Order: sequence, then structure tokens, then C-alpha cells
Amino acid sequence: MSPQTANTYAHPENDLTPEVNYLNATKGLKSWLLTLDHKRIGVMYLVTILTFFMVGGLLALGIRAELFTPEGDLFTAATYNKMFTLHGAIMVFLVLVPAIPASIGNFVLPLMLGQKDVAFPKLNLASFWIYIFGAAFLVFTLIQGGVDTGWTFYTPYSSDHASGSVVLTLTGAFILGFSSILTGLNFIVTIHKMRAPGQTWRKMPLMLWALYATSVIQVLATPVIAITLFLLIFERILEIGIFDPSMGGDPVLFQHFFWFYSHPVVYVMVLPAFGVISETVSVHSRKHIFGYMAIAGSSVSIAAVGFLIWGHHMFLSGQSELQGAIFSFLTFGVAIPTAIKNFSWIATLWKGSIRWNTVMFYTLGFIWIFLIGGLTGLFLATMATDVHLHDTYFVVAHFHYVMMGGTLFALITAIHHWWPKMTGRMFNETVGKLTFWLAFIGYNLTFFPQFVAGTQGMPRRYHQYVPEFEVWMQASTIGSFIFGAALFIMLGYLIHSLFKGVKAPHNPWGAVSLEWETATPPIEHNFHGLPVCTKGPYDFDEIEEGA
Amino acid sequence: MNANEGGAAANADRNPYLAHHFLDKFQQDDAVKMGMWLFLVQELLFFGGLFMAYISMRFLYPETFLQEALAHLDWRLGAINTVALLTSSLTMALAVRAAQQGKQKQLVPLLGVTAVLALAFMGIKYFEYSHKIHDGLMPGIYYAGEAVGAVEAVHHAPQIFFSVYFMMTGVHGLHVLIGVGLIGYLMWRATKGEMNENNYSFVDNVGLYWHLVDLIWIFLFPLLYLVK
Repeated sequence: MSPQTANTYAHPENDLTPEVNYLNATKGLKSWLLTLDHKRIGVMYLVTILTFFMVGGLLALGIRAELFTPEGDLFTAATYNKMFTLHGAIMVFLVLVPAIPASIGNFVLPLMLGQKDVAFPKLNLASFWIYIFGAAFLVFTLIQGGVDTGWTFYTPYSSDHASGSVVLTLTGAFILGFSSILTGLNFIVTIHKMRAPGQTWRKMPLMLWALYATSVIQVLATPVIAITLFLLIFERILEIGIFDPSMGGDPVLFQHFFWFYSHPVVYVMVLPAFGVISETVSVHSRKHIFGYMAIAGSSVSIAAVGFLIWGHHMFLSGQSELQGAIFSFLTFGVAIPTAIKNFSWIATLWKGSIRWNTVMFYTLGFIWIFLIGGLTGLFLATMATDVHLHDTYFVVAHFHYVMMGGTLFALITAIHHWWPKMTGRMFNETVGKLTFWLAFIGYNLTFFPQFVAGTQGMPRRYHQYVPEFEVWMQASTIGSFIFGAALFIMLGYLIHSLFKGVKAPHNPWGAVSLEWETATPPIEHNFHGLPVCTKGPYDFDEIEEGA
Repeated sequence: MNANEGGAAANADRNPYLAHHFLDKFQQDDAVKMGMWLFLVQELLFFGGLFMAYISMRFLYPETFLQEALAHLDWRLGAINTVALLTSSLTMALAVRAAQQGKQKQLVPLLGVTAVLALAFMGIKYFEYSHKIHDGLMPGIYYAGEAVGAVEAVHHAPQIFFSVYFMMTGVHGLHVLIGVGLIGYLMWRATKGEMNENNYSFVDNVGLYWHLVDLIWIFLFPLLYLVK
């Protein structure tokens, strides 16, 4: 066999020859809705997730508009409670959890492994439709008038007192869990059993290590929230009382159950983001990733330690001080692998040939934002400061920095990085870079003031507040609208590129992981023939030549 | 070399049970088996929540769990059910073996016996449930057992014991019913001759699932009926 050169597995003659690709291989709505092609399923996920992101985002803008003035003048307290509940539930269950793995992950995972599809294509499609089915419940809740429990569904409020369609929301979240489990299961099996010849674990792109660690959490943590929500549904319908103190049950047990899932799940949201950044930081600075095994290992160790720290959400719940101290200590432990990643990315940039393009801008934006989000997490992991900061805007700012700033900036990075591969078109770099600044400034203006308001004691989840916080809240609201505008501009230029964008070459970034070796957009079965993995995912051509 | 051409030639004698995206049957069977084990892992965590609820509630009300279990759960019925499920696990394992060896004549009857034993289990469960419902031994607010005052109920909390009992056995029973459905589907496929030595992964996986359901009962039985 001849030595592998770029584009071996794309069209044999010329990569610019128009070829039947996955987008135009079959036509009609049915060919999309019932497709078994992981690429189409990924695209459908992406479109759906972005749609729900818009719904959740508009709810957020409503919340910010209300908080522009100290008085509760735009919505009633009850409406406001429903808005932040639905904002939270939609963003967590419908957007952040599947955001990167189900959309981008589905698209790139088999390609990166040099395979034709994931291990179980029908399960993959089923997982998509289960997602849609679960999402329908949440949408129906919205139409029914919403719920006001907060996305955390704490008992006994959610079981005994809350009005509205709590059972519908719970059922929706319960169903969505199956979708998450099945995607995770599919990915684990695919990575274990279906790698290209020559692709050892240490030759996998770091995105795959991240998706692997994510999938492990999805499979292990999600069933626990499933049984929790299941019990809570019966609590609500039949008042079985396991979580209800008036029946002799234990509400703190609910919190333990809830956070046993809901803490690890923040790593479901953010580990794929780490994977994306590990790819883009290396490809766009034309350097080997620094500390490959350290980054890969830190993904796995975050997934492992992430299961042991849920109690830091419950420092004020009445758990014992010893428990609190242990959870606090272990939480600090997670900072180590996270810092390893951050330092490795920065070391990768060091003396690299950095490309100042949109993808790199968002990559650096992510590193900056996640650094702030991660460091402020340590304040909350410290019991003494958490007593002061618990349930204030400091917490709100912290988890938006890691979840929205982390996951969504990485999702945006991923969309831009793989956009040419997915759509076959290039977007406008100049508009992209300008939009980045708008998004970055808007984002930080939204959430940084919330740290300040939080340390001064502004509590979360109130629709009115004392006037001393007005300046911070107004800055935050202005920032959120700037950020919202930036996202709409992004939507605009991406859609524009679909029709008017320059046709993308098969490998615009000069990356060497296998997904770039096939045609752009990929053919229906990904590769002509069976790819063989002969070099590492970051052995760029110019490095080889220079050596 | 263009591997595609080699692929086209190999397509002619490709195993009809081999999906297009796998290299060979070994890879496919390996993947399918691993997927099933992962599914069983998540099942364990799902039930893990219920076991945790049991532990937690038992710590809160140790005497209640003892008294209610002794007074209202019949260990003899539990024992019969245990034997039924254990035997069904045996017949399931024999069915898997029959499928692997392509012994069609044994496969369908063995699956049939498994399903019948599962239904017998559910029959006894139904008998137990209706007896408890008749006695008012219901979970939560529907508890109407021995007339205890509201305050007393909170402290003694028999309703919590029955919440735990009904949730644990209910979720387990649901899994038994799903298992019966799967076994029925297998029998239908087997009568068409589709479950044979070239294609037994599905029998294998239903078998694994069935053993897990059995195993969970092995824990439920002593925890609810026997522990003193």
C-alpha cells in the first residue's frame, strides 16, 4: 500500500469534482427524518438544539429585561418564576446536555474513527426521536402555562405545593434521559470496537477521549436521575412520601439523588467542550497538542472524580460538617485535571503559528471565560465562603461562565471549525471575527457584574431587588442584549454562507485527523475504502517537513 | 490499492446478518454484546436509586420495616416466586445454548417455559398486590391499614414501608413484563428460523437482560421478605 497522503479516501481524482455527498445522496423529508446516517442525525440534532437554544435564550432575555429595573414591573413574580424555571429546564435538558455530543459528536465521531457509522445506527435514530418526544413534553408544559419549581425540582415544594404541570415536565426530563443514555452507550461501543486499523487509543483525537469520558458519565449518572424523577412523579401523583417530610420521608434524600446526577452532568456538558478546544487549539496553532496523555487522562479523571463531589451543592442542606469537608476537599481535586487542560492548551499555543481566524478567536475566548468560571468555582467549593455566596448571583454568574461560556462558546467554536466539513461552504471570516468581539464583550458584560452583585448579597430567583444593585443589573441586561444580537448575526452569516459561501476545499484547516481526509461534504458512507491510521491526530504536514 | 473493489467482491458472500458498517461478524457480535452490558450497567444504577431509598428509609424507621414485613409479607409466596424466577433463568440459559448450537426444536419450547414461569411470577405478584390493596396496605396517603392517627403514622410510618415495597417490586415487575414481551418477540422470530447459530446475539442479549431481572429479585426477596 502506498504511503498515506491527504485525501486518499476522498474522491480518487480531484477533491473539487462535484460528487454525491451525504446531503444530496437522497432527497425528501423522509430521507432525513428516518435516516440512519450519523451525519444527518447530527445535523438534525444541531438544528433542533439551536432552536431550543433560541427559545431558552429568549426566555433569558425576558428575565434580563425584567431585572433592568429594581421594581417588578414587566412580569408578576409568578410569571418570573415560571420563566426562569423553563429557561433552566430547556437550557439544561434540551440544550446543554446534548449540545456537543449529540450534534457535533454524532457528526465527527465515526469520521474521526475512519468508520462508516456509529455501532448502532438505529439506536442513534431512536435516541434522536426519544429526544424529540421528551422535548415535546417540555414544550407542552410551556403551552400549559409552565411550572415554577426551578429546574432543580426540590421537594417538598415540587411534590406538594407547586402549581402547574410539574408531572409533564418531570416526564419530559425522564424521557430525555433515555436519549442521553443511548447516545452515550453508542459512543462507548463505537470507540471501543470500531477504530480504524492503526488507530490505537493514543492515536485518537482528544475530542474522542472527551466524548468517551462524557459517554461514561451519561451511562452511569443518567439512570439515577431517571429513578429520581420516576419517584418524584409518583410522589406528585400518589404522594408516596419517600421525599416528603410530612409523610415521614426525607427531602434531603431527594437532593442527594438529584445532585448525584446533576453534578456529574455538568461534565457531560463541559467535557466535550474541552475536546473541541483540544482540537482547535492544536490545528489552528499548527503545533502538536502539548501533553496529549495528560489531557486525555484528565478527561477520564474528571469523569471519575466528578461522581464524588455532588455534596458541594448541599453545604447548607443539613448534611454533616464532615460530609461537607470531604465533598469540599474532593471538589478542589477536580480543579487539578481542569488546570492541567488549561495549561496544556496555553503551552500548545506557545511558539505555535497561530492563525488569527474566527475559530481561534472563539478558542481563546473559551479559555478566558472558562478560566474565570473555573476559578470562581473554588470560592463556592470552600464551605466558609459558600455559606455567604450560596443562592446569590455569584452562583448564577459562576455556572453561566462554565456552562454557557464554556459549553456554548465551545459549541460555537465547533460549529465554525467543522462548518466547512458539514456544509461544504466557508463562512465569512471578517464578519465572523467582528461578531466574536460583540459576543465576547456582550457575554462578559452580562455575567461579570453578576459576580459583584452576588458578593454583595443579591439573591437569585427574585424578580425585584433593592436599588443598590441596579447598576450591576443594568450592565448585565445591556450585555445580554448585545450577546443576543451577536448570536443572531452569527445565525445570519452562517445561513448566508450556506447559499453564498465559497465552496470549501476538503481540508481548509490543514488538519490531519481522519474526518478531514474524506470529501467535503463527506460521501454517504464517509470513506471510499477503509482508512488506515498511520500517524497521530496532530502530526501536521509542516511539522513532518521541518523535522 | 482501492479497498472498495476488494469490498465489492467480498459483498457477494457477506453474511446476511452482518450490518454494512461492520467489518465482520466478530466485530458486530462484540459490539452488540458490549452495548448490552453497558445497558445492564445503567439498569443497575437505575435500581441502585431504589436500593438507596430502601437503605435510607430503613435507617429512619428500622422497627417499622421489621414489623410490617413480618406481619404483612408472606415469605412463602416470595420463596415460590424466587424458585420460579431462578428456574426461568435456567431455561433461558438453555435457550441461549440451543440458539448458539442451532437447535431450533429446543429453542422455542425453552423460551416458552421461560415466559410461562415469568407469567407465573407475575400471577403470584398480582395475588400479593390485591391482598395488600384489600387490606389497605397502600403507599403514602392511601395507606389505610391498622387505624393509626396522623401523628402516629408519621412517626411509625408504615406508609413509607409500603411506598418502598410497591416502588421496588413495581419497577421490578415492569422489567419482568418487558422481559416477557422480549421473549415473546424472540419466539416469533425463532419460529421463522431467524434465530440460529449465525444470528443469536439477540437471544444472548435477552438472556443477559433476563438474568439481571432475576438477580435483582434475588436481592429484593431477602431485603423485603426475610431480613430481620
